[in-house]
Amino acid sequence: MADQSAELVQGTLDMLILKTLDLEPMHGWGIAQRIRQMSGGVFEINPGSLFPGFRRLERAGLLDCEWRTSENHRRAKYYSLTKMGRRKLATETREWGRQVAAIGKILETAS
Amino acid sequence: MAFFRNLTGGLRSLIQKESVEHELDEELREFVDANAAEKMRTGMSREQAYRAAKMELGGMEAVKENVREATWESWIEALGSDLRFGFRLLRFNPIFAITAILSLALGIGANTAIFQLIDAVRLRTLPVRNPQEIARVAIDGRHGASGSFSSRYPDLTYVLWGQIRNQQEGFSSMFAWSPAQFNISPGGEVHNVQGLWVSGEFFSTLGVEPALGRLITPEDDRAGCGSAGAVISNSFWHREYGGEPSVLGQNLIVNRHPLPIIGVTPADFYGVEMGRYFDVALPVCAEALVNGEDSRLQSRSGWWLSVMGRLKPGWSVERAATQLRAISPGIFEATLPTEFNPQNAKTFLQFKLGAFPADSGVSELRGSYEKPLWLLLGLAGLVLLIAAANLGNLMLARASTREKEMAMRMAVGAGRARLIRQLLVESLLLAGIGAAVGAVLARSLSQVLVASLSTANDPLLMNLGTDWRVLGFIAALAVLTCMLFGLAPALRATNVSPGLALKESTGGQSRGRSRFGLRRVLVVSQIALSLTLLVGALLFARSMDNLAKVDTGFQRYGILVTDIDFTTLKLPIEGRRQFANELLKHVRGIAGVQAAAIAEIVPLSGNGIAHDVLMGDSGVPEGEAPAATFNRVSPDYFRVMKTSFLAGRDFDERDVANSPNVAIVSQSFLKEFVKEGNPIGTRFRVRRLNQTSSPYEIVGVVKDTKYYDLRENVQPLVYTAIAQYEHPASDAQILLRSDLSLSGLISSVKSVASEANPNLDVSFVPFHKMIEDGLLSDRLMARLSGFFGMLAVLLAVIGLYGVISYLVASQRTEIGIRMALGAGQPQIVWLVLREAALLLAIGLSIGTALALLMGKAATSMLFGLKPSDAGTFVVALVVLSIVAVGAAFLPAFRAASINPMACLRNE
Repeated sequence: MADQSAELVQGTLDMLILKTLDLEPMHGWGIAQRIRQMSGGVFEINPGSLFPGFRRLERAGLLDCEWRTSENHRRAKYYSLTKMGRRKLATETREWGRQVAAIGKILETAS
Repeated sequence: MAFFRNLTGGLRSLIQKESVEHELDEELREFVDANAAEKMRTGMSREQAYRAAKMELGGMEAVKENVREATWESWIEALGSDLRFGFRLLRFNPIFAITAILSLALGIGANTAIFQLIDAVRLRTLPVRNPQEIARVAIDGRHGASGSFSSRYPDLTYVLWGQIRNQQEGFSSMFAWSPAQFNISPGGEVHNVQGLWVSGEFFSTLGVEPALGRLITPEDDRAGCGSAGAVISNSFWHREYGGEPSVLGQNLIVNRHPLPIIGVTPADFYGVEMGRYFDVALPVCAEALVNGEDSRLQSRSGWWLSVMGRLKPGWSVERAATQLRAISPGIFEATLPTEFNPQNAKTFLQFKLGAFPADSGVSELRGSYEKPLWLLLGLAGLVLLIAAANLGNLMLARASTREKEMAMRMAVGAGRARLIRQLLVESLLLAGIGAAVGAVLARSLSQVLVASLSTANDPLLMNLGTDWRVLGFIAALAVLTCMLFGLAPALRATNVSPGLALKESTGGQSRGRSRFGLRRVLVVSQIALSLTLLVGALLFARSMDNLAKVDTGFQRYGILVTDIDFTTLKLPIEGRRQFANELLKHVRGIAGVQAAAIAEIVPLSGNGIAHDVLMGDSGVPEGEAPAATFNRVSPDYFRVMKTSFLAGRDFDERDVANSPNVAIVSQSFLKEFVKEGNPIGTRFRVRRLNQTSSPYEIVGVVKDTKYYDLRENVQPLVYTAIAQYEHPASDAQILLRSDLSLSGLISSVKSVASEANPNLDVSFVPFHKMIEDGLLSDRLMARLSGFFGMLAVLLAVIGLYGVISYLVASQRTEIGIRMALGAGQPQIVWLVLREAALLLAIGLSIGTALALLMGKAATSMLFGLKPSDAGTFVVALVVLSIVAVGAAFLPAFRAASINPMACLRNE
């Protein structure tokens, strides 16, 4: 599986974290799992970049966090989207869509 | 909001460091637990699952470091720990720390002190409201103006000022002012203070409010004002009146006239002249009262006022200048001096007024000191460069001893950038402390500098406060030197392979040439720069020496210049001549006075008279005529000055008011005007403005003497007999030659004067002292460049010594082997010295080129020698070579006394 996993496009990790938290608050491991599942195993998230991402987003006011008891009865740090985080996700998604569409067009005409 | 969260989050992790760290630990552990639990579900053993989970996380500490580095506070934390580490290192190496900090402090202090002076005379703006609106009005490019010029800023005459004030449009208000010396002594020995003549609009235009009482207003400054009120400065108020409010209404004596004090200016107001101050300000109209018959208010050719104004909103300096230009023809037409001849009048009528920015006030110091100061700043900058190079060398030496430390840190995972930052923080720490000490040093240094430029008759006061420019300058110096001495060593030090840490390397091994190359480059540049500074120091010292020894045509030592002013006696013309002669006779009678004479102009005092000379004794004079300088003297003048006669006789009792006019001329006068034949008996006439004198007959010829200043080429000089002058002054300037002690002589002259009349004003200055005061900027250059030159050589020699010692230490093995193979001590000494000689030779050649280049900037400041003076270069090269070779000898001998066996055993 590892050899099939792809490198994340620079700067998209933040967007994926926000997207994952759109549904419900989650803890670190859960977020990593969810990203892998949702991408069909294409993206293997490296914890070394995941945690700095959390800290960065938290500082930017896009994430909130609180300590809760997890499903297996252990204390875990749960992250959730703030209002600003939701807004950021919406604009990022729109922007991403626009860019993908544009790149798609270029690739089609080129071939 | 986001910013706030970022800030509080950062502060929390700075303050509650432990709990934040703890949370992170817990979070990561939870992650590993969850991952392992997942893996166990797929059938791994617990042990396997945990190992795999930890592998995936990839180093707990590395992840934590990454998380921390995602925030701003990590930067501060790292800086803090770097600083702590740096401090510890400095504490363990006190000698290194003290040497480094002291040499930086000296370099930065010297630079800052000189910069403070430049700031004070050139860069600061006037301490008044909206200084950018202030402009100076003067004649644009005035050449060939005639008349009498007094004060430091003789821009305009009083009548011109009146016309300008009435006809200008660009200024909301204008004022005229002029610096002066006021004698505030009630009688006896003169006590001069710094005075200001100001027109009524002076204070209101500048926006200065009184600290006490009221200031001079247009009401006070009306033509023909009788007894005017005096405004005194804050410092004068405190100095002379102890800051007592009762000063208001008290009388101040100015040139024997009691004037009531009406107000005190605020403490930060020094007038509009940078580098100067004033004690007493009087309205311009009172000049008629105070100066009596010498008043310049009525004179159309008396230039003494400077005019400034505040621009109206929306008016630029250019627009105001255009308007002034337009009204110029009418103004000059209306103020044409009647006494001008057609030649003078033509020049006068072509003058055009102009306006010039004056937001930083005016300062004649800029002319005399700005260039020397910039040059000194350049020299001080070179010293700082040498100091930085020295430090760079020390840091490199440290870097090589810290190689293992660096390799070890890299091996445990520190990035190169992180290590460079650590090393740079150490350098910055040194530079910072050095700059702080330097700033303190600069405060006293700049005071000393100002004091060395001040004289009793010409005191300076500089506002040397530390403003943003000075602070910025210090900060820039600190950062720049830090980069200079810190960056290269930091790059070098961290350019090691982590593997080195694991190797057991011995000391005393040659480390490869490239590592050593940088140190050589530093030493070569040190030698080059110090040669430049040494050449500069020698040039200025020799220039000063030339000035001191220049043939002035007179003997400057042993002469006291005495001015006895009898204006208060209100003597008629004939009475003045007689009174002056009586005084002279009494002064000559003082025991111990070898000779005494009256002179209108004291040579090198800066004063002078120039008239046109017409050869022959008849004919209608027309057009331009060559000019000569003049002096009016009594008999014995040449004996006092010890100026030798080449032909003819001195003035004597035959030369009186109604006898034929006689003159004594200088050698150059003969060369220019008489050319051939016997000069004695030759006749010429003198033209002043539109008046031509009756003929003068030459009765004597004397040696050339300097007239205005020491640097000039001697010019034609005519002496006339003061007894024949039709407008005798109401003072007698007596020059007396004596071997008596100065104080004894002065008290004798004082008692002679008070015997003649108790109501006289007397002042004294030793002649040689007056000349020395005119050489302040030369002396400043000679002293400071000498100081910098010595400092530079010292630093360079230390640098060379350090490098050669290092070289010897790192080649111990090689030297040991050579000795074991039979090399004798002389060969080893030569081996080491050869290296030093090579560095020296390269440094000296570069330095020679550099000195030749720098010398061009100093050309105009040198007297009697060229900046490429061969003798100076030879001396500098020899001195530096001897000192440098001396410094290299010590390590060379140490190398030669290596015990080859002990050395090889170490391998």
